[in-house]
Amino acid sequence: MSALLEVKNLSVEIPTRRHLLVPVDDVSFDIAPGEILGVVGESGAGKSLTGAAVIGLLEPPGRIGGGEIRLEGKRIDNLKYRELRRIRGAAIGMIFQDPLTSLNPLYTIGRQLSETLRTHQPLSETAAKARAIELLDEVGIPAASERIGQYPHQFSGGMRQRVVIALALANNPKLIIADEPTTALDVSVQAQIINLLKRLAADNGAAIMLISHDMGVIAETCDRVAVMYAGRIVEIGAVRNVVQAPNHPYTQGLMASIPRLGKDDARLAHIKGSMPRPTDIPQGCAFHPRCPKRFEPCDQKRPELMKGDSSQAACWLLQREADQ
Amino acid sequence: MSDAPLLEVKNLSKIFDLTEAAWLAALTGRSRLLLPAVDGVSFSIPKGKTFGLVGESGSGKSTVARMTVGLMQPSNGSITFDGKPVSAPGGGRGIGRGRLQMIFQDPFASLNPRWRVVDIIGEALLRKGMRDSLARAKRAGELLDQVGLVAVDGEKFPHEFSGGQRQRISIARALASEPEFLVCDEPTSALDVSVQAQILNLMKDLQDELGLTYLFISHNLAVIAHVSDVVGVMYLGRLVEVAEKKQLFKAPQHPYTRMLLDAIPRLDMTTRERSHVVGEVANPMSRPPGCHYHPRCPFANKRCKSEDPKLKGAANFAAACHGVEEGRLPAWAAAAE
Ligand SMILES: Nc1ncnc2c1ncn2[C@@H]1O[C@H](COP(=O)(O)OP(=O)(O)OP(=O)(O)O)[C@@H](O)[C@H]1O
Ligand SMILES: Nc1ncnc2c1ncn2[C@@H]1O[C@H](COP(=O)(O)OP(=O)(O)OP(=O)(O)O)[C@@H](O)[C@H]1O
Ligand code: SF4
Ligand SMILES: [Mg+2]
Ligand SMILES: [Mg+2]
Repeated sequence: MSALLEVKNLSVEIPTRRHLLVPVDDVSFDIAPGEILGVVGESGAGKSLTGAAVIGLLEPPGRIGGGEIRLEGKRIDNLKYRELRRIRGAAIGMIFQDPLTSLNPLYTIGRQLSETLRTHQPLSETAAKARAIELLDEVGIPAASERIGQYPHQFSGGMRQRVVIALALANNPKLIIADEPTTALDVSVQAQIINLLKRLAADNGAAIMLISHDMGVIAETCDRVAVMYAGRIVEIGAVRNVVQAPNHPYTQGLMASIPRLGKDDARLAHIKGSMPRPTDIPQGCAFHPRCPKRFEPCDQKRPELMKGDSSQAACWLLQREADQ
Repeated sequence: MSDAPLLEVKNLSKIFDLTEAAWLAALTGRSRLLLPAVDGVSFSIPKGKTFGLVGESGSGKSTVARMTVGLMQPSNGSITFDGKPVSAPGGGRGIGRGRLQMIFQDPFASLNPRWRVVDIIGEALLRKGMRDSLARAKRAGELLDQVGLVAVDGEKFPHEFSGGQRQRISIARALASEPEFLVCDEPTSALDVSVQAQILNLMKDLQDELGLTYLFISHNLAVIAHVSDVVGVMYLGRLVEVAEKKQLFKAPQHPYTRMLLDAIPRLDMTTRERSHVVGEVANPMSRPPGCHYHPRCPFANKRCKSEDPKLKGAANFAAACHGVEEGRLPAWAAAAE
């Protein structure tokens, strides 16, 4: 099956007074219809910017520095603003990381949903309202018909998050970019949203990019997962393989840091040091200053993604294994 | 008196009035829309300990949090900190500013977008009486370093940071006033697991060194299990279970707590359908009579549908459930990890 979304050599640039930052650098991946691709990685690694770039919603001065983005084979990274806006509303659904900024504090929840629906579908006001209630119901807002007349600040954090999800799904999008959609939700509502996303993929053939820090959610939801570090994909592969047998030392460190029930350590393992800022990405492998397994080539040459036994990883260790 | 709790919450309630205009409701004869978000919650936290709060989204956790630091007036009940009321009904604040701090659930909304990070943290330092701006900048740099950022980040504005980086800034700001009591509302859910581990370790160190006391809210039960001494579980505004951490995770009593533990996503269950979630999400606007959980509870009987279960048991081992009280719930078998 050919991919629904293809991203090739994407880079994102942000010009600042002193530097030209490249917080997303040469990122390639694709997502097939019905597939859920997870994206994990260090906070600040470029996950949200990648998602925003794909749908043309980078905030200026941020811009696409290079690469191609195709939706159903058609380039969307060089479209005119109006054309892109039309596609975005009808074919792409976006769930942003911060629910408050995607909701207008001055409009009721119901009005925001109805307007989104009516911009892209020929619906009467009553039909739109009925559909809005249905959507809120689907994302698990109790007594949707009673709460539709309320404003965002009258909802709890998790309820606002569900409203944002309802907005994103309103027009049955083919591509869904979900940035931390379940972090503000308790595990039972989380399960409901995950099942909803899975259903959209399985039944509607939607392609979904799911950005999350919750490895449990990723493990249960995704088919494949990409791990990002300092603006690049450092590992990508089937979720089972990446979670259970990670190849990249960064992914290994990440997996070891997860607090687990039943393991009663006073301290959690964590990766020493912090990720470099986009202003000073080290030469060679960007992870080498923190890597417990680094060897000669690591601070010299930048590794590209290489095929390992269970996944692809950008790490010289794979090369060494292959050579032996 | 070292064993008096540092924070004591008694019979705390909050009712939101959702009626658009009270006079309109009176005029049209429509009933007012009242939402009891928090309903008779009591707990206490000894100095140097962590009380974890979990529960359904919308169950009132953030509302409890805001009331405990005095950001919101309770409709009923009392909160005392170090023996003094946090917020008297008249509005007077008995507690010195800064002794209680809160890290908010939403790092986007809680940082002033027009201020540089160094000024955001500096303001808290200034309020503590640090007048020298150079000393403030230096201290801000140290705090940024403590939360895994770097000192030069101080020169930037909040929008130049990712979600997780912003959350670390708000943690640094809270630490700047050297609080004795810190309310953390989902402090690490925007962070990757490695940075989360760094922050949780830092919080533990601060507790060991300075005797900090925490009220810690999270949906991540593994995080709650890691940080808490005692855990409270909320459902529709009420505390339905309070137990010492080990006890709660080994042998949860309340059926809602059991359902929560069953719903935790697990790493080994790759692409498995989650089957454990039962029933509709609760509606705070029309709360079922009796035990609020009864429509979803597999053990509900006639009594559950009409009589409010009260939180019964010891301070660190209590549940509000008729089934538990009557001893008719089966032993809990944890799903294998
Ligand atoms: N407007 C901006 N100006 C300067 N730097 C920026 C700007 N927006 C983002 N950045 C930087 O780009 C990097 C990537 O940001 P992004 O929001 O994509 O991270 P992320 O992977 O989504 O992180 P998180 O998990 O914390 O949400 C970060 O280091 C951030 O500081
Ligand atoms: N300012 C407000 N006005 C009206 N209703 C409110 C207000 N703040 C909260 N509520 C309502 O009170 C209830 C409890 O909200 P709260 O934010 O305390 O929940 P929570 O347990 O923190 O949920 P979450 O896990 O989703 O953050 C919700 O039904 C919410 O809609
Ligand atoms: S009181 Fe009854 S309905 Fe409520 S949780 Fe216990 S057994 Fe279930
Ligand atoms: Mg992000
Ligand atoms: Mg909350």
